[in-house]
Formats: sequence, structure tokens, C-alpha cells
Amino acid sequence: MIEIENAHKSFGNLEVLKGINLNVEKGEVVTIIGGSGSGKSTLLTCINGLEPINAGRIRIDGTEVHAKTTDLNKLRQRVGIVFQQWNAFPHLTVLENVMLAPRKVLGLSRDKAEEIAVKQLTHVGLHEKLSVYPNRMSGGQQQRMAIARALAMSPEYMLFDEVTSALDPMLVGEVLDTLKMLAEEGMTMICVTHEMAFARDVSDRVAFFHQGVMAEIGAPDEIFGSPRKPETQEFLGSVR
Amino acid sequence: MLDTALTWNDLLFLGQGAAMTLAVTAVSVAAGTIMGIIFGVIRFQAGPIWSMPLMFFLDIFRSVPLLIQLVLGNALQSIAKLGWPPFTTSCVVLSLYTAAYCTEIVRGGIASVPVTTRRAGRSLGMTWGQDMRYIVAPLATRVSLPAWIGLTLGVMKDSALVLWLGLIELLRASQILVTRLQEPLFILLICGAIYFIISFPIARLGGYLERRWSPHD
Amino acid sequence: MFNYTFHWNQALRALPQMLDGALVTLQVAVLSMVIGLACAIALTGFRLSGSRILSGIAAVWVEVARNTPALFQIYMAHFGLGNFGIHLSPYAALLAGIAFNNAGYLAENFRGALKAIPETQTRAGRSLGMNSLQAFRFIVLPQMLRVAYLPATNQMVWAILMTSLGVTVGMNTDLAGVTQELNARSFRTFEFFAIAAVIYYFIAKAVTLAARALAWRMFRY
Repeated sequence: MIEIENAHKSFGNLEVLKGINLNVEKGEVVTIIGGSGSGKSTLLTCINGLEPINAGRIRIDGTEVHAKTTDLNKLRQRVGIVFQQWNAFPHLTVLENVMLAPRKVLGLSRDKAEEIAVKQLTHVGLHEKLSVYPNRMSGGQQQRMAIARALAMSPEYMLFDEVTSALDPMLVGEVLDTLKMLAEEGMTMICVTHEMAFARDVSDRVAFFHQGVMAEIGAPDEIFGSPRKPETQEFLGSVR
Repeated sequence: MLDTALTWNDLLFLGQGAAMTLAVTAVSVAAGTIMGIIFGVIRFQAGPIWSMPLMFFLDIFRSVPLLIQLVLGNALQSIAKLGWPPFTTSCVVLSLYTAAYCTEIVRGGIASVPVTTRRAGRSLGMTWGQDMRYIVAPLATRVSLPAWIGLTLGVMKDSALVLWLGLIELLRASQILVTRLQEPLFILLICGAIYFIISFPIARLGGYLERRWSPHD
Repeated sequence: MFNYTFHWNQALRALPQMLDGALVTLQVAVLSMVIGLACAIALTGFRLSGSRILSGIAAVWVEVARNTPALFQIYMAHFGLGNFGIHLSPYAALLAGIAFNNAGYLAENFRGALKAIPETQTRAGRSLGMNSLQAFRFIVLPQMLRVAYLPATNQMVWAILMTSLGVTVGMNTDLAGVTQELNARSFRTFEFFAIAAVIYYFIAKAVTLAARALAWRMFRY
């Protein structure tokens, strides 16, 4: 369970998160929507401990993320994250990209790591690309590889940060299908996204962020069907 | 405070050496740049295949030590009975050496101008010459200038080698003083400082222009 | 105009001697590169250390190496160190001078390579649970090596060309030194130095081609 309590985050004078409260249960899929600069991507990097928070607390299965005593490297093995820019490691093949962390971080043998990597790459439909270098693939394929790379660490939670925003429109579908599949398999996920149809389809709950505040949260039907806050109505009106 | 036998006259002597360094550099860079521009345009217009002989010739100057080039240049002028003084020989060799590097810089600069930009110029009815003069030259200069400044500094440093032909430039002047006064470290430090004073501001300018004109910002 | 007779036979008879000299040239160049690389890695560490003294040393080293003639640096090793009672042989002075020069240029090269790898790569590694050392070792370093490789091979060619400067401090075993000795005995300056030029040319080309072949094998992406 991910528990976020009154999380505050500032970059210099700019306050991007103004006290976020959110609990995500095991097996739940929560999507976060909102305009740019609403703080939704920042929240994900804070959950993963890539950015420190200024106040409040974030706990994952009871472990405080930003406590000094927490081993973030250990924690991140349980919480996978995929970014808007897929950040493929260009010097490694697709298979090696996925094998690297299981071997070096989990200390698995080459054979075991390869077995896991092949399984995950097959899962996202890249089993024919194992020995290809990432820059020979489309953005959609690279993004799916990044997802497999995160899954190979067998995380219990997955964070997706606008994973389709940098893709050509034609390639968005294949990545969303991969996310849908994960959701159906019961993965606990927090997705920041601009794809409203996707959010409506897969989410258990949808959160709307506005200027660093979680303005509204509820079932997809409530948020998309009868939003209560005027900001939400305005935002949804503008993206439709 | 300083216990040294170095006199003002000796400093003047070093200054004259520095002047020689600057003179050789100025002549060689000027002549080498003109040749480099001509060769660079030829290289670009003729394409990689037809310019092969030219590129092979220029590549020699980049693959053979400058010292050997200077000795060979001097031997050739004496065989041909040209009777050149060392200054002329040095400048001729260094100019060709400069031109060899400058050609690549110029070619790179021209190649960096997008074809579409040039087409826009030609579509307005400009001739090849006008396109080169008003479109390509200003844009290519921007791209090439930092590298050209680097080249100028390189030639300034490499010009120290003309001492082998007997020219008393900065380093040779220092060496003469070292032999006479037996204060190697002190005199060489002054010599190094003079090189530094000449090149450091120019290097900084080059770095500044590179940042300022970087196409990636 | 040309009433000069070339005596190539006499010069070619000295070819074995000159080729022996070429081996010494290659040896000095390779050694200077190895020492230079080690020093450059240390200098890069100095620069990143955060210590003012260490990064000051690195800055002075790099600026002097890049802003003064290589010959000056060799003179410093040969004459300058005499002030401290250190008298290096021509071989040692040449090696020290070139290694110093290599280290300065390579350190600058490493800095550029380090800057060329985006922060997001480290971040991606960290997000998979790697510690910062692992992220550097497995993600940043291999990519950095590729960026730094080509300039480093250029430096190797430079090192070969710089070895010829040894003759000015009395080096007589490398290619330039051997050639100069032969020249002093026979005064067939043009012939001997032309052959030396051809040998230098082929060494430089061979090193460039070998480096390219190696790069092709090492960097497959």
C-alpha cells in the first residue's frame, strides 16, 4: 500500500505540490490527470525517492520513503517507474537493457537474468528484438522495452509518468495496450496520463490535479461523468 | 627579492622572440586560411571522390611531424636554389600545415549550412556566387570560427618548432638565455607565462563563442 | 635549376636503422599514452573531488598543457627540472613532456564526455535500484568511453608526431633522432627525412586504421 500524507514539494520558490493526500491499495490502478505544471509527474518521482519532499510523508508498505534510514536502492526494487522519455541505455541491446539491473542489483546469474528478461520482453511483445540496439527501434518499442526493464525487477508497484506523451500518435496504442494488460493482471499502478479514454477504461480511481493540489478524486464515471469542481469541468472540457 | 641575473635587456630579447613567434603565426595563419578557404570550397564542390588527390596531399601535412616538414621544406628550397631565408621557409611550411587543417574546418562549416536555406537563396534568383557570399559565408563562419581560433592557437604553439631552422622565436630565445644564465626554471616560467598571456584570452574567447553560437542551445 | 643528384640508395641502406628508430618512436608514444591516460583519470577525479586544492592542480595542469607548446613542456622536463637537481635523460624528458601534454588534453576530453551523457541516464539506472556507483559503472562509463574514444585516438596520433621533438633535446634513438644522426654524417638531408616522413605517415595511418577497426568491434550501437 502506498500512503501519501500531506506531501509538499518545492523547486526553489516554486511550490509544485501543496499537501497531497492519497492512498493506493494493493491491486489498485489510479490515474492522475491534470494540466501541465499541476505537479502530477513530480509526485511520481517523489514516491520513487528520486526527488526529496519538503514536508509530509510517503510510505510504501509501511516503509517511509524519505527517512534517512531507508535504503532507497532496496525500496526502488519494489517500485518500478517508467518515464515519458524512455531513457533506453543506448550501449546495450534490448535483452541486455532488461538484464542489467536484475544481474547487478539483484545479483542474479546471467542465465536466470536472461530467463526473466526474455519472459518480460515476450510479455510486452518484443521477443523478436532481443539482440537489437534500442536506437534501431521505434519510440513505442523502446517504451515497451523500458516497461519490461522495470518489470524485470519484479516490482510490486509501477509508476508510469506520461509514458505516451513523447510518442508519435500512431505508436501510442501499442504502449497503452501494454499498460492495460498489466492492469488486468492485477499490477498496482499509478499512471500520470493525458489519454482520457485510457484513464476511463483502466482506472479504479481517477485523480485530478490542479496547481499542486489534488482537486478531485473518484471513480472514472464520477470524474468523467459528473465532475463536481469547476476546474475539473473546465479541464475536461478543454481536452475533449 | 628576486635573486636573478636576468636583465631588462634579456627581457627585451624575450620580447623580440615573442614578436617573432607572433609574426610567423600571423603570416602563416593568414596565408593558410586563404588557402584553406579555397581548398575547402573545392573540397565541398568537387565531392569526396574528385577531391581525393587534394585531400591526400593535405593529409600528409597532418600525418607527418611538423619538424620533419620544416626540415624537408628547407632541404627542398636549398635543392631548388631558391635561396629563401629561414623566415620564408618557415612561413611557407606552416602555411601549408595551417591550410591542411583549415580546409576541413571550412568544409565542415559549408556542410553545416542546411540545403534548404541555400535553396531558398537560389530560389530568389541568386547566383552561386551570391549564395556563397551572402548566405553560406556568414552562416559557415559562425560554425567554423571557434575551431579556427583553436587552429590559430595551435599554429602559434607549433610555430615554436621553427627554432630548428635557426629562427630565434620565443622558445629559442628562452633557451639561449637558459644556456647563458643557467636559471632554467625561472626563464622557462617567464617563457611559459608569455605563451599563456598570448593564448589564454584567445582560448577563452573561442570557448565563449562556442557556447554563444552553439547550434544546440 | 635542379642540378642536384638524389642518392636514394645510400638512404635506403639505412632503412633498417630507421625502422628500429620507428619502434622506439612507437614505444615512447604508447608509454606516454598509458601514463597520460592514468594521469588524466586522476585529474578528472581531482576536478570532481570538490577539493579546491585538487581541482586547482587539475586546472593548472590542463591549462598549461593546452596553452603552451609541447616543445616547451619537453624543455621544462629537460632543462627546468634541473633547478631541483633532477636531470632527466632525453628519453625520460621526452616521455615526461608528451605524457604531461596527453594528460591535459585527455582530461579535457573526459570532462566533455562526462557532460555528454544526459543526467536522465543516471536517473533511469537509479530508478531500477542501482546505487550511484553502479549507475556510473554500468551506464555512464561505457557511453562515456565511446564519446571519448575518437578524440583519444587523435591524441595518440599527436603523441606519435610529438615524439619527433625529442631530437631537439638530444634524443638519438627514435626515428627523428636516428634520421638526424644519419643526416649529420652524410648531409643527404632530403633523402633521409623524406624516408622518415613516409615512415611517420604510415605509422600514423596504421594507428588510425587500427583504432577505427577496434572502435567498430567495440561500439556496436
